[in-house]
Parts: sequence; structure tokens; C-alpha cells
Amino acid sequence: MELVCPAGNLPSLKAAVDNGADAVYIGFRDETNARHFAGLNFSDQRAMKALDYVNKNPRGKKVRLFVAVNTYAQASNWNRWKKAVDMCADFGVDALIAADISVLDYASKRYPDLNLHLSVQASATNQASLSFYHDHFGIKRAVLPRVLSLKQVERLAQKSPVELEVFAFGSLCIMAEGRCILSSYVTGESPNTVGACSPASAVRWQTTANGMDTRLGGLLIDRFDHHEQAGYPTLCKGRFTVNDKVSHAIEEPTSLNTLNLIPQLHQAGISAVKIEGRQRSPAYVAEVVRIWREALDHYRANPDGFTTNDRWMAGLSRLSEGSQTTLGAYNRPWQ
Amino acid sequence: MQITLGPLLFFWPKQEVTAFYEKVAESGFDRIYLGEVVCSKRRELKLDDWLAIAKLLQAKGKEVVLSTLTLIEAESELAQVSKICENGTFVVEANDMAAVHYLAKAGVPFSTGPSVNLYSAEALQVLHRTGLKRWVLPVELSFEHLKLIMARLQELGITDLETEVFSYGYLPLAYSARCFTARTHELNKDSCEFSCIKSSAGIPLATQEGDALFTINGIQTLSGSCHNILDQWQAMESAGVKAMRLSGHSQDILKVADELVRAMGHGITAITSENQQCNGYWSGRPGISH
Repeated sequence: MELVCPAGNLPSLKAAVDNGADAVYIGFRDETNARHFAGLNFSDQRAMKALDYVNKNPRGKKVRLFVAVNTYAQASNWNRWKKAVDMCADFGVDALIAADISVLDYASKRYPDLNLHLSVQASATNQASLSFYHDHFGIKRAVLPRVLSLKQVERLAQKSPVELEVFAFGSLCIMAEGRCILSSYVTGESPNTVGACSPASAVRWQTTANGMDTRLGGLLIDRFDHHEQAGYPTLCKGRFTVNDKVSHAIEEPTSLNTLNLIPQLHQAGISAVKIEGRQRSPAYVAEVVRIWREALDHYRANPDGFTTNDRWMAGLSRLSEGSQTTLGAYNRPWQ
Repeated sequence: MQITLGPLLFFWPKQEVTAFYEKVAESGFDRIYLGEVVCSKRRELKLDDWLAIAKLLQAKGKEVVLSTLTLIEAESELAQVSKICENGTFVVEANDMAAVHYLAKAGVPFSTGPSVNLYSAEALQVLHRTGLKRWVLPVELSFEHLKLIMARLQELGITDLETEVFSYGYLPLAYSARCFTARTHELNKDSCEFSCIKSSAGIPLATQEGDALFTINGIQTLSGSCHNILDQWQAMESAGVKAMRLSGHSQDILKVADELVRAMGHGITAITSENQQCNGYWSGRPGISH
């Protein structure tokens, strides 16, 4: 399975390549990608440097570069998305990751040789939906939303007209990607429109007598005691009141970790595993990629005797939200 | 301007559903969307029951559309969507690209619901080529965006596409693998005891300071406040909007429709708007704003 790794900037890209990524995905510095945060992503020039680095990988192995143009092209500025596709074609990237049918349509017609991957933001969760994108735009691969159980992934892989890539590790979207606008409901900005979820500009950290309140768009998302570590106020991971009870009504702060599913995913015919986290530091990227590289290499060397070792799991837990991990939707009882 | 009734998003007992649509048959709604769009485990009504309601409504002169499941995970769910798309009698509203795939292949005209991500005229053009006749504006887009899209559609020479705007009701905001209603009742999704049936208008979720935030409805998350832009009907009409969609969380939706019919009949703007309602998306602000 190909190890697909995130890079929000050049140091992260180098960290991913140096630690054993098979492919790295990046975004341009604007609202055309779903991690549109201040100080993140690649200008034209930085993207050229990224391309140089993956091509001259010191490890000697060809590393592929993917570019995500995976938000929904907005009526006010459709040409910006068109330009992003043009740039991908000019650079000769190894894949363009897109979700919007107008972006896919333009890319497939204008650049028939451009390798297209369907972004997770397209919310394609079933064989008929995948067929739609395959038949109309000739996509070669799709990234599956984090909503399917392992059994459903296995069955879908048998029938899918295209290669499948699944999320392996990182922040966990609880909602079907591309089908969640909780963020714009509270802040006016969503992943679909501007590539932002719970944007920093809407966040407020407020010290109180008892600890810390976190707010988004003025609304209280969570309230932390002195002894608790305050987490970023993402709407799906706050503590709210339901039926007079305060709890993490949607999900706790936790990260997805599928390290121990490597054998099942490989046997199901999954082509690639994706590490989430273009917003993360180079040190984070380096550590996660290193552990996953080691685990995948171990599996390849001895598929029948594969077990996860405690060192890997402890290393990944340390890098996880709330220091805890979950199998998420892959594990049916979680649902 | 048509007034449409969106698919029932909540899980009501069969008897209540049937009684509700009997009243809808006598109401001012022009076009009715039927079917289960949230969770395939809700089986109070089977497809044949929905078709019986569809025929009743049609006999009363209503346009009827069958609306399909939004988040499709299991093969059994996909088979059901395929069956609806092949019904041969009623127009279908696709809420996922799977349904678009089936309908385009069958070569029948179709509609799309608000969860199909169509954010530009260029995207609409792609589906228009495959048989799209009507679309519902994504709920997070503003009137300004809508006008830009409508103008661009004209430039692209697309003049027969009907636009519908979600104008009243709890806004559908998110879909998940996880069932939050089951979680609230401390149950697993696989043994959820169909607990959605206990909350006919979903379960309110508020901040710890008591601000209404969301409404839990099984695997779906809705807005905590009722979205209401009914007073915009004249602006919509002048922009070329074909229909306003109302989404019900109780039988009161019939009164809301009556009031809108009356307002339109008399050419008046004023429509009752209650406290705790929201309309921010329409003017390009956070959806929760009022």
C-alpha cells in the first residue's frame, strides 16, 4: 500500500519524504484546498521547490506529488479553481485531488492525461457514486470518507471501478467529509466554501476563575478545569448539553489510528493509506510518517506474523488529540 | 412561485405519517418530496407505503417526487436507491451521486437535493447534461451567490433549469456514520431500538450556557434554530427562483404553508417570524445569525 503523507509547507514535505513517504500531498495558498489556513500551503514557487525535492529524493526512491484542489469552486471566483488545475498540469504533478464536478470536468477535458484522484470531500461512499465519477471524469483513485465500517470497505473494494485510498491516521472527522457545514453555521466559513473548519479567526480562548473557556463565533464550545488541557474548539468535539446532561455529545477529542488494520486493509485490496495533517508541524509529520513506514515495511517483510508494537502505538498516541486514538467508523460499535 | 414540502427528516410512526400526508393533500403545497432520506433503519413505511401516499397526493393534483437516502453505506441501501430510481412513474430527487449515476444512466430527468454539492453554474452545467431539471441551492449559500449562479447559467445558455431554495425549517448541516440519537440514549447504532421515534422533532443540543446550537436527528445534525427566509419570497421571485422549500418538524408546517400562500396571494412581505429563528446564510453571515 502506498503511504500518502501531508505537507502544509516545505519543511513538512521534506520531513515526509525523508521519513519514507511514498507520496506527499499539498495544496496551493488559497481557498482551492480544504486546509486553507493562514501561513500554510504552497505558492507557485514553493510548489516548484516541492516538486524538485520529491524528484531528487535523497532516499533514491521516486516519491509522488499530489496536489489537492478539493474545495467547491465558488460562483464568485470559479476561475481561481481553473487556474489551480492549470498549474497542476503545468507542473506535471502525479495526481490532482479534486471533489467538485466542475473542477473534475474541466481537468478531464482540458488535460486528458492528468491523473485524477477523487477527494474525500466528494463524499463518495458507495460503488454507484464511484462509478459516476469514474464514468464521467475517468478518475483513477478515490479517497473514502471516514464513515464506512471495515466490512463495508472490504465489500466496496471488491466492486470499486477505481483504486481506493483510506484514512490511516490523524484528526478524525466525525461527519461525512463534504457533507458537514457545522462550521459555516457558526462562523460563516466551511470546508466546502473556503476550505476552513472552525477557523482560527472565530476562536476565542478565555481564561476564567475555574480554568479556560473556548469559544467559536462567540458560542461556548467547551469549558476546562485547571487540571484539564484545553483543546481547540472544533464544533464536533465540544461539550454540550443534551437532555440536561453535559457531555461530548458528538465525539471526544481523539484521533484515528488504523495501524493494526494494516493486514486487513491490504488484503481487501486497498491501494493507499493516507495520513491526515497538512496543518501539523514538520516534527509531527516526521514522527507519524516514520512509524507508519516502519509498520508497513514490517508487514511487507512478514505479512503473516504482523503485530503492532507498543513503541509505535505509544508514539502515535502521544501525537493524538487528547492523547487517545480510535478506529472510528471502521469499528462498528463506535458508530 | 411554487411552495414545496421537503422530505420528512424525522422518524414518525406510520399512522402519523399517513395522517400527516392526508392533510398535506388538502394543503397549499404544490410539490411534495417523499421518502426516507436520513436513515435506512427507519422502516415504519416501506417503499410501497410511500408509493401509496404518492398516488394519493397525485390524485389531489400535487406534483410528487421521491427523495433518496443521503448517506449510502451498505449495499442493501444502494439497492434501495436503485429501486427508487427505477420506479418509472415519479420524478426522483437525488441526494447522493449514486442516485445521479442511476438516473443519468436511465436517461430520466431528475432533481437534486441540498446535500448534492452544486456551488456554481459550471457544476450545474455538468449535471444538466445528464438530465438535471431542478436543483436545491446548498443551504449555506447566500442570495448574492445565488444571483451570481443564475446570471452565469444564462451566460452558459442554460434556461430550463429550475431552482429551489430551502426557505423554512431546521437546516440539514451534517451526516455521520455515527448515530447521535443512539449515543444520547447510550445505545449502539446496531441496537438503537429505533429511538429516533421517541423525538418527533429531534433532540435539542445546547451550549453549556444554554444557547441552542444543533438538533440531533439520528445520523443527521440539523440547526438548533428554525431557518426562516419566507419573507424573501418576492426577492426570490424576481431572481427567477422557481420554488421555495419548507421542511416540517411538526404538523404546524401546514399553517406555515397556508400563511405563505396568503402572503403571496395578497402580495405582502410580512410573514410571521418567531424568536429563536435564524436566517444568516441568506445574507452571507453565519447560518445561526438572525
